[in-house]
Amino acid sequence: MQIEENKNEEFKPCIVAFCCNWCSYAGADLAGSSRLTYPADVKIIRVPCSCRVNPLFILRAFQRGADGVIICGCHPGDCHYTTGNYYARRRMTLLFGMLDYLGIERERTRVEWVSAAEGAKFAATMSDFIDTVTKLGRNRKLRDLRCKE
Amino acid sequence: MQRIGVFVCWCGSNIAATVDVKAVAEAAKGQPGVVFATDYQYMCSESGQTILKDAIKEYGLTGVVICSCSPRMHEATFRKAAESAGLNPYMVEIANIREQCSWIHKDMEVATEKAIILAKAAIAKVQLNKPLVAGESEVVKRALVIGGGIAGIQTALDIAEAGYKVDIVEKQPTIGGKMAQLDKTFPTLDCAACILTPKMVDVAAHENVTIYSYSEVVDVKGFVGNFTVQIKKKPRYINENLCTGCGACTEKCPMKKQPNEFNMGFDKRGAIYIPFAQAVPKLPVIDADACLMLKNGKCGLCSKICEAHAIDYTQKEEIIEERYGAIVVATGFNQIKPTQFEEYAYNTCPDVVTSLEYERLMNAAGPTKGHLQRPSDGQRPKTIVFIQCVGSRGDSCREKSYCSKICCMYTAKHAMLTKDHYPDTDIHVFYIDIRTPGKNFDEFYRRAVEQYGVDYIKGMVGKVYEENGKVMVQGSDLIDNKQITIAADMVVLASAVEPDPSARSLGTMLTASMDTNDFFTEAHAKLRPVESPTAGVFLSGMCQGPKDIPETVSQAGAAAVKVIGLLAKDKLKNNPCVAACNQSVCNGCSQCANVCPYGAITYVEKEIRTPEVREVRRVAEVNEAVCQGCGACTVTCPSSAMDLKGFTNRQIMAEVDAICR
Repeated sequence: MQIEENKNEEFKPCIVAFCCNWCSYAGADLAGSSRLTYPADVKIIRVPCSCRVNPLFILRAFQRGADGVIICGCHPGDCHYTTGNYYARRRMTLLFGMLDYLGIERERTRVEWVSAAEGAKFAATMSDFIDTVTKLGRNRKLRDLRCKE
Repeated sequence: MQRIGVFVCWCGSNIAATVDVKAVAEAAKGQPGVVFATDYQYMCSESGQTILKDAIKEYGLTGVVICSCSPRMHEATFRKAAESAGLNPYMVEIANIREQCSWIHKDMEVATEKAIILAKAAIAKVQLNKPLVAGESEVVKRALVIGGGIAGIQTALDIAEAGYKVDIVEKQPTIGGKMAQLDKTFPTLDCAACILTPKMVDVAAHENVTIYSYSEVVDVKGFVGNFTVQIKKKPRYINENLCTGCGACTEKCPMKKQPNEFNMGFDKRGAIYIPFAQAVPKLPVIDADACLMLKNGKCGLCSKICEAHAIDYTQKEEIIEERYGAIVVATGFNQIKPTQFEEYAYNTCPDVVTSLEYERLMNAAGPTKGHLQRPSDGQRPKTIVFIQCVGSRGDSCREKSYCSKICCMYTAKHAMLTKDHYPDTDIHVFYIDIRTPGKNFDEFYRRAVEQYGVDYIKGMVGKVYEENGKVMVQGSDLIDNKQITIAADMVVLASAVEPDPSARSLGTMLTASMDTNDFFTEAHAKLRPVESPTAGVFLSGMCQGPKDIPETVSQAGAAAVKVIGLLAKDKLKNNPCVAACNQSVCNGCSQCANVCPYGAITYVEKEIRTPEVREVRRVAEVNEAVCQGCGACTVTCPSSAMDLKGFTNRQIMAEVDAICR
């Protein structure tokens, strides 16, 4: 029983966040300079734009033991490169459908729009996502498929 | 294998208080490729940079990881330092252990553990970094200023004085903006027109300045140093070259019932009108919605009266395309109409006005020639109540969260000017706090209280209503702790300021970021206050946040200096983190070109030689001067031929691995 297992060893999820340089990464910085706390389980990777996130990076993260992956970009219409976040949105919709099909819970992945001025939203989004992933428990599906090195 | 140096910054106690910096440096030492790791109080300081430079030379470092504040803060600093020590600046990576670690976590153990993981990710990335060389691109020596208020005028004048061409685009028929509507200005009480109109004339007469009035920016393409902008010139129905600005046409127009926007609708204007006497350019404009000739082809009086034959009913809108090296946003503000605040009776009672409306009622060039008359019956008000913070500093959805900053001062000004004209007027001001930081500001406010005897009441107003020809104001007095009702003749609302509504779409066009209130965001709140995070876009005046005229003028000058600094360069270094095509695996499918927002990808026939094949085929080629490095092509490429320098697939996956392991 997964839920009981969580209670016993206080499960700390490993979460990768891809943040676009122009909006969400700056939003994360603003959350920091506003001292808005969120759990340390999330680690941010800076990318120039949400459209730089290859779906393969997400599969790689799950394979390496990530329990959740979140992609943050500029709000629709506000992309620094005009259209990048639209590509990200479409690609991720397809990928999430596929992950679902593979039996990886849809809730382990998320796309969120956070602007450079939304430090509070960034912190709240991260807390909420960490909470969701913590409830889901450890992700084993792809991790267990790895060939032993 | 790289020879990597890791430098962990304490940032005083900002990082060191929650992250065990020594433990981070120690953990880094065990990582593959790391030959040197240390910690220091302030890595960004001169001595911190010296430690970095010395280590690069002493240990022959080929890669550097700085564990410090956000790369948005000091990446450029450390890259520069590394470059001066002979290392390629793009061999430096930053692990953000301040904004994304020490500042958000309280527990030392947790924060240290996270900082170590972030450091490992940066180390893993720098392992795969390659030296990058930035290309160069030309700078178009011309600047665009969007908005012709005091901010835009001052910026344009300063740029023009430095010898560069500058264009102003103003959506109204005249430049001047809100300041042209003001009566006198605090804290010196000199008249706004006397200090503004000479500047308007100067800027229009300047050989380096072109003014596109009654025009709007409709499209922006390109990037710093080389923007291509489309300007829509709305039809004035006046031939600008022929018109002498005599104004005879405006007198003969039969449609004299149009509300005059310049006087806040207190008087009327014709369908053909000159906004105000000192308008620049002093040309009339025809209001197409009101003109009989344009609506149904009958009238034509103005055309008959015009001796210069300047009226042209067939004028069409025109699109002008121009190239610029830099763009300054100076779109200014609006004062909100407090229509959604029913408690203040603005909708129902004509004697409740906003402060900008009051400004026109006091102005010698205004609808009442400076004689204070209340709008309902033209009588002189004997008791006036001013209400502060209407729609500002609130937390409900109908209010702005911010302080509008200028209201405390202009209300004190209104009170004093009114008392100057009519010493027997009773003036009451409801306020929450008085905010008068600024040179000679508090002295100014105290003069209103001590010298002029203005009655300041700390408290808020609950209700305004009409009774027996009086405007009753019901509010609380927090000092005396009682409810009071004042029977006033007139009520003036210091309603909130907000960014001009055109700012939103402009922000999208410029891809310049804005905050939740639609004010433009500056690149750094303290250190880069007049630059937008989008390179080549600068901010001037109220579009960035509420500010008064002295602040606006100083920001305008600061923005001009930044523009001049940019235009003074002949060439700009491009961002070298651009896409690159591995042509040996590219099959020329065109998918990358389809998603590229800049058209940076072209196709060439090329001989490809690999151990397996030798053939001539169609492959993609990236124009590095045009590519902005978003990376859309890298993901769409089915054969993984496209990659993004500085953010390669392998680099990002190495970071993923380091975080997950």
